[in-house]
Amino acid sequence: MAFLSDLFAFLYQAGDAFAFLVLAACGLAIVFGMMGVINLAHGEFILCGAYVCATTARMGLPLPLAVLSGALVAGLVGMILERLVIRHLYHRPLDTIVATWGISMIATQGTLIVLGSTLPGTGTPLGSFSMGGYSFSLYRLVLIGMALATLLGLYLLFTRTRFGVLARATIQVPHMAQALGINTGFVYSLTFGLGAALAGLAGGLYAPTMTLVPTMGSAFLVEAFVTVVVGGADIFLGTAPAAAILGVIKAALTSWYGQLAGQIGLLLTAIVMIRVMPRGLSGWLLRERS
Amino acid sequence: MSSSIHKALFHKRLEGPQTLGKGKGFWSGFLLVLVAACAYPLFADGYDVGNNIYFFNWVFMALGLCLIWGYGGILSFGQVAFFGIAGYCYGIFTINWGAAYGLTLISLALAVGVAGLVAAVLGYFLFYGRINGVFLGIVTLSFTLVCERFMAQTAGPQWTVGSARLNGFNGMGGMPPLTLPWFGNDIVLYPDVQLYYLTLALLVAIYLGLRVLLNSRFGNVLVALRDNPERAEMLGYDIRRYQLVAFVIASMLAGLSGALYTAWGQYITPSSMGMTAAALPIVWVAVGGRGDITTALVGTLLVLAGFQALTVYGSQYALVLMGALLVVTVLAAPQGLVMGLANFCARLWRKPKGEGTRQ
Repeated sequence: MAFLSDLFAFLYQAGDAFAFLVLAACGLAIVFGMMGVINLAHGEFILCGAYVCATTARMGLPLPLAVLSGALVAGLVGMILERLVIRHLYHRPLDTIVATWGISMIATQGTLIVLGSTLPGTGTPLGSFSMGGYSFSLYRLVLIGMALATLLGLYLLFTRTRFGVLARATIQVPHMAQALGINTGFVYSLTFGLGAALAGLAGGLYAPTMTLVPTMGSAFLVEAFVTVVVGGADIFLGTAPAAAILGVIKAALTSWYGQLAGQIGLLLTAIVMIRVMPRGLSGWLLRERS
Repeated sequence: MSSSIHKALFHKRLEGPQTLGKGKGFWSGFLLVLVAACAYPLFADGYDVGNNIYFFNWVFMALGLCLIWGYGGILSFGQVAFFGIAGYCYGIFTINWGAAYGLTLISLALAVGVAGLVAAVLGYFLFYGRINGVFLGIVTLSFTLVCERFMAQTAGPQWTVGSARLNGFNGMGGMPPLTLPWFGNDIVLYPDVQLYYLTLALLVAIYLGLRVLLNSRFGNVLVALRDNPERAEMLGYDIRRYQLVAFVIASMLAGLSGALYTAWGQYITPSSMGMTAAALPIVWVAVGGRGDITTALVGTLLVLAGFQALTVYGSQYALVLMGALLVVTVLAAPQGLVMGLANFCARLWRKPKGEGTRQ
């Protein structure tokens, strides 16, 4: 019985890490994997989602709606930024890093100036349950469920809807899509907005579980990037399995030697993985298949 | 005959296709600036001179970043990690060994060496794994942030190396400044006029050294593989080796910045490897112009001075403005503001001359 509860505790932690990595990374994976834009302001979209969610939740909006509003606002901000800045840099991928980092500096420091060094959050909802000698937060299970639901939703969006088909066409052969009458500029804008909205969703979902500070984006950014690096360009063949593998590694190292060990483990895994399969898991899987 | 050979070599190395600035005009300007920099302590207070060494300390890192990013086409966010590693190493070595017999200089060299070694190991995995620019930036950034997290949690008394306490976010202090061994009494280089001249001399030597390196075969290959890696490889160059060497040199320069900075301020904290610290070198080099070491150097000094002035008047807004400057530069002058200005001036300069020869 003790073994079973230990096993459950480990699976719970691995699932928790998996959910964090999937939610943090999927927006990044869309923007990077599909559009080739390296978005270092990704953490600030998460920040935006978290702040909007916490504020609206404190104003009395039920939490699910507050999370949704965080995602929507982040998505809108993303579309505006795409139009103002990112649009001019599609043919200069290395410069997107620099520009989005500038945006990230402005956003972080601007938030600090306008809203102060911390924002009052909302408590973690749903309480907890216990099993064996351990106590688990129920909300974390919701997060795991949300991560799976997000993956499923994205799969349906990109394979079953008209937007998905148009987006994939536009991104694969832009001039052909344009010749066929697709408004490619708008599709780019929507795709970037979708990535930003997913970041906002992650921020909103995690807002109840953490202290809200202007620099919180960087905590997500690195782990999200490591997941995308290990996973490669494809979300379903790359990001999701990478998050599963990294989630297990992170949970094991964290319970063994603390959070820092978990982070160092992620970094080392990423470095070794790129050495072994330079195009990430998805690149390797696709080559094996073909 | 021999003088013409000398002249040809001089032209090939100190000025060449990879660096801006040619001929009498440029070099007399260079000399003028150098004389002004040498004369500056004669007209200023020793304390101010000591404080202003701070600006020179960072330029080494900027030159390294320019080498790897502008010339090699590899954007590394990890330069501040090597800054921190060398800074901490300088502290650990000097606190343990003391400052006698010129041991501080040996510590300085060893600290830079450690930074180079770490860069070689990391770089081996990155470049021999054929990581392209994007992933490289991300891995180096996460490396930097992991270094920061690691140093941040070393506040406890168990984190000591010999007699040096790492001290977590309280920062490590109490390391001796640089000393020059001298007959009888060692010269202690407190942040003052003597340290200013030493740093300036190092800066000039490294600037000229980099010019020679960039105009040599190494620099040409580096630029070739930035412009078209496949073609460079087809021509028989092992691009991984060139990238690795450039990365190690750049990291050692960042390490030199770190060790000099630590020796200058006798203090270092983990935040020197934080997100903000990692962003600033990118701003200096991008705004100045990453395509050339002279513009990167000038840009770094200008942005640093501007940042300093802003911090005095409105510290909070300085970072916002830096971010805005970065975005505007990337959108409006991708080559950098100093480079853009230099091109503009060059065009103005050339025009009347061209008309003159036609007459």
